[in-house]
Amino acid sequence: MHAIEILGLSKDYPVGFWKKALRPALKLLNLTVEVGEAFGFLGPNGAGKTTTLKILMGIIIPSAGSAKILGRDFRDPEIKTRIGFLPEQPYFYDYLSATELLDYYAGLSGMGRAERQKRIGPVLERVGLSDAGNKQLRKFSKGMLQRVGIAQAIIHDPEVVFLDEPMSGLDPLGRHEVRELIQGLKDEGKTVFFSTHILSDAEALCDRVAVIHKGELRGVGVVKDLRSAVAGKSEVVWEGAHAAAKVAALLVDSHVTGDIVRGTVPSSDLDRLLEKLRQESARLVSVTPLHGTLEDYFLANTTEKEAVIS
Amino acid sequence: MISRLSAITLNTFREAVRDRVLYNLVLFVLLLVASAPLFGEISIGLERLILVNVGLSSISLFGVIIAVFVGIGLVSKEIEKKTLYTILSRPVRRWEFIVGKCCGLLVTLVTNTALMTVGFYIALLATAHSLHRSDANILVAIYFIVLQLMMMVAITLLFSTFSSPIFSAIFAFALFVIGTFAEDLKNFAAMASGGARWLVTALAYVVPNFASLNVISQTAHGQAVATSLILFNTLYAVLYSAAVTAGAVLIFERRNLK
Repeated sequence: MHAIEILGLSKDYPVGFWKKALRPALKLLNLTVEVGEAFGFLGPNGAGKTTTLKILMGIIIPSAGSAKILGRDFRDPEIKTRIGFLPEQPYFYDYLSATELLDYYAGLSGMGRAERQKRIGPVLERVGLSDAGNKQLRKFSKGMLQRVGIAQAIIHDPEVVFLDEPMSGLDPLGRHEVRELIQGLKDEGKTVFFSTHILSDAEALCDRVAVIHKGELRGVGVVKDLRSAVAGKSEVVWEGAHAAAKVAALLVDSHVTGDIVRGTVPSSDLDRLLEKLRQESARLVSVTPLHGTLEDYFLANTTEKEAVIS
Repeated sequence: MISRLSAITLNTFREAVRDRVLYNLVLFVLLLVASAPLFGEISIGLERLILVNVGLSSISLFGVIIAVFVGIGLVSKEIEKKTLYTILSRPVRRWEFIVGKCCGLLVTLVTNTALMTVGFYIALLATAHSLHRSDANILVAIYFIVLQLMMMVAITLLFSTFSSPIFSAIFAFALFVIGTFAEDLKNFAAMASGGARWLVTALAYVVPNFASLNVISQTAHGQAVATSLILFNTLYAVLYSAAVTAGAVLIFERRNLK
């Protein structure tokens, strides 16, 4: 059984004065997330990440397709006792205290009064808000609100946690705290599905990631595999600026400083480059294989130029 | 289901109670009721009559204002601030959310009306120096005001499920005014002919009939209200509110919450 199974989800929004034209926000998305996985859902703004999450949460209705969460239809209200959700840049009832807010959400998740009272304290402590439990949310900082947001998402001890841009708008300290919380959930064996456009967070936390752009899935896989898919380049440094023009066709990038040239070459062309440099009597200084990053993969799959090539 | 409904009801009530605007309105009404004896001094011998009319009309009017101004934000505010996202991601059915919100505002209004009623009776006691058995009839008029408020809550909530807060307020107040003259609409229909007669008759039955819920003048004169009217108005208000709330649920069930 998959934790999340998305089967051909599509969403079109009617646009225009007469609402007759359709603007696709999500195109036939197919995706599976395994139990216990930390899964990053990457894409630039407007890619369809939030649309996907809103469909899974029952906030918007898909135009086509279906999804299963923990083996049950995503529309089944009972499955929602087993999932938690943090929306992007959440706002909570600011007239409530953190304790009252958690009590409210725990009640909505079907927890009894005694169980709620037992769980609220430890959850507040876990998100580092045990001293602010009785403080009204209108007095909370953005980072504190994000933490109380995570607390409401996990108050009922869900098996799958959906987080929409959990680090968005936070300072480095806030990001670190949220990252620690997500890591903690992962360590507990929870399935964490989070959307983000902060690639370093995805790289640090995720077992697998998917890249979505303009509503289309552009790639999915283990972070290491995706990085190696965009690797395969080497940086070559040599002495002899006169050779730069002769080998320019082989290089994807080059910088000349005095007589020293620093060029990037696809690994497939490395031998030809070295041969040409030898013929031009250039003195080789170093050859360094370049490792692909998730950012390289992301850019390769989300920029228009690369999309055309692919 | 009951626990989710009661959680939403309680939270809606709590929001209204902690809203300073609501406190100001209650205070304003209490001041108005307290000032009624001053009107009595101007109209010698009519203190009690004027106090009942002014007091109950104020309770009704301010109840309607609260119902509309709080009601228009019940759904739109939750969508705008995305708090609805965290509610619908839980095992809460959309109809439970609508009904819970409706009940929450109704509890607020009943509490508000009860507080104003206490203030009103204190003012009445201060003016007349004693209460008579016939003063209990005023409670029936207040009960009818509560029924009217229940209908207004359902109407406002219906508009707020598909319209912006400003338009919701305009529509709700327009319907309140039309509903206040519902009996006149029936009389107008009787005088009309052809298509207009059919149209006005249909309109007279579709709009809420607030005219039949207004017994303020009758109770101000110490007259009792017939039990049959109490039963009929109760049934009418409950069925009308249920039908309008069902309409709100139908619209909300199909709505994409962008």
